Amino acid sequence: MEQIVLFSILNGLVFGMLLFMLSSGLTLIFGMMGVLNFAHASFYMLGAYFAYTLASRVGFWPALVLAPVLVGLLGALVERHGLRRVHRFGHVAELIFTFGVAIVIEELVQLVWGRPAKSYQVPAALDFPLFHLFGSAFPAYKAFMLLVSVAIFVFIFAILTRTRAGLIIQASLTHPGMVAMLGHNVPRVFMIVFGIGCALAAVAGVIAGPVLGTFPGMAQVLGSVVFVVVVVGGLGSLSGAFVASLLIGTLQTFAVALNVSVGNVLMAVGVPAAASAALHDVWKVTVAQVAPILPYLLLVLVLMIRPTGLFGTRET
Amino acid sequence: MLAVSDLHAYYGKSHILHGVTLRVNEGEIVSLLGRNGVGRSTTIKAIMGDVHAEGSIRFRDEELCGLPPYVIAHKGLGYVPENRDIFPTLTVRQNLLLGVKNTRHAGRWSMDDMFRLFPSLRERADTPGGVLSGGEQQMLTICRTLIGDPHLIMIDEPTEGLAPMLVKQVAEMLVRIAERGVSILLVEQKLTIALTISRRVYVMGHGRVVFEGAPDDLRRAENVRKEWLEV
Ligand SMILES: Nc1ncnc2c1ncn2[C@@H]1O[C@H](COP(=O)(O)OP(=O)(O)OP(=O)(O)O)[C@@H](O)[C@H]1O
Ligand SMILES: [Mg+2]
Repeated sequence: MEQIVLFSILNGLVFGMLLFMLSSGLTLIFGMMGVLNFAHASFYMLGAYFAYTLASRVGFWPALVLAPVLVGLLGALVERHGLRRVHRFGHVAELIFTFGVAIVIEELVQLVWGRPAKSYQVPAALDFPLFHLFGSAFPAYKAFMLLVSVAIFVFIFAILTRTRAGLIIQASLTHPGMVAMLGHNVPRVFMIVFGIGCALAAVAGVIAGPVLGTFPGMAQVLGSVVFVVVVVGGLGSLSGAFVASLLIGTLQTFAVALNVSVGNVLMAVGVPAAASAALHDVWKVTVAQVAPILPYLLLVLVLMIRPTGLFGTRET
Repeated sequence: MLAVSDLHAYYGKSHILHGVTLRVNEGEIVSLLGRNGVGRSTTIKAIMGDVHAEGSIRFRDEELCGLPPYVIAHKGLGYVPENRDIFPTLTVRQNLLLGVKNTRHAGRWSMDDMFRLFPSLRERADTPGGVLSGGEQQMLTICRTLIGDPHLIMIDEPTEGLAPMLVKQVAEMLVRIAERGVSILLVEQKLTIALTISRRVYVMGHGRVVFEGAPDDLRRAENVRKEWLEV
């Protein structure tokens, strides 16, 4: 049991920070545009594919830097020449535009790299167990993922709170008109934030590709969880996204690790065993099988109790 | 220095400004007066590029109409909003820092100048702007714009909701700002400070200028005051 708890916490942290790398960008972009960017997870996918291709040419380490930079530039271009134009037609148009971008990226990925999953591997230098505990090994690569994500956030946080550029970004999120009249090019700030958000998603893709798989559906798989995260955390709230990422990350890894049935859980909390056959089927479902829908259950629950999400101030 | 002529502005379909014409010369304090809703704020927002406008806005021999707000700010126009639009979560110092347009060239106002002008801001330099009193927030918005080194500053109802003591302070400080060679276009509703510190005044009614002259002219023009100013 200790083994399950400890490893689930570690894995939950790894997965949670990965989610935060996407949800932070998504929620910042929501803060500026007022619409959810449905293409956000597509940039995560591009990060993984770019890194896969780059790693085979120049090696994993240069790819770790190059892929996010390329994806960030691409994101900035999409904002500059796409979203900014669509903006004047209103939120619905923007929403549909991001949908379109997501579909285009998915189709292009299939066109260029094909349908089957790519064998994007953990780099050899990190392919060893870091430590053993209770007879199980913790892979060095997961520790690396955690390290990268934490380091990036310390860096971003420092920039946002300690530099003039960061202050301009913060102020632009809430008072874009005033910031512009003080002489700052707010549209350019938005483009940069959009680009950085995409680059962050790409970093997540680069480091998650070898673990979660690099295939054309990867954007959808993670993307829907990320949407749940930002809504649960409260749209536009960075701290909300952080808490919700870790919460959902741990929740899911715990559930996957628990090899008990729903019946056992219910009995443990005092619900008597089911008598009828119909309920019996439900009783035998394992918690691990339920894991994928847990985030959505949480979503419904949170929205029922707090429609603004945990830390949000706007209705979702 | 600033010459606005035949300025029209719209919010969606509603036509708010019907050809406003006004002028501010080098080093002058000029007031724009009028009742609620006549379009004073809209006029200065239109000059600042924040509201779409048609007509002509000449500033230091350049046409500004149609340019985006950040470009207009860089041409040397400063804007102080009416609702004390500070950044509430940022500290006083950070708010001021955001007013700086060019970090390489020092303007005519430094952070220290601001603190000398308003010692209470120095004491509160590291507190979030949101917890300041109304008067302090007003000082902060003015300083934040000044530190960006504008040649002309447009200030929207700086005395609104302030105690009489503070109103006097604001007036004194506007005079000091003008003495440093910054022109001021002051939007006010009450005549109190406008008539004492301005060189010229404009009165607006229904989206156009209905009176223009020296403060003494307005003091004498009882019919204008009755029709367009008194409530
Ligand atoms: N964002 C907006 N959308 C639509 N109409 C607006 C908007 N802002 C102002 N108006 C309208 O434009 C007219 C002029 O407004 P403006 O803010 O310029 O008035 P004002 O002279 O500054 O008066 P006050 O500040 O006392 O309201 C008003 O009738 C107002 O209702
Ligand atoms: Mg007004």
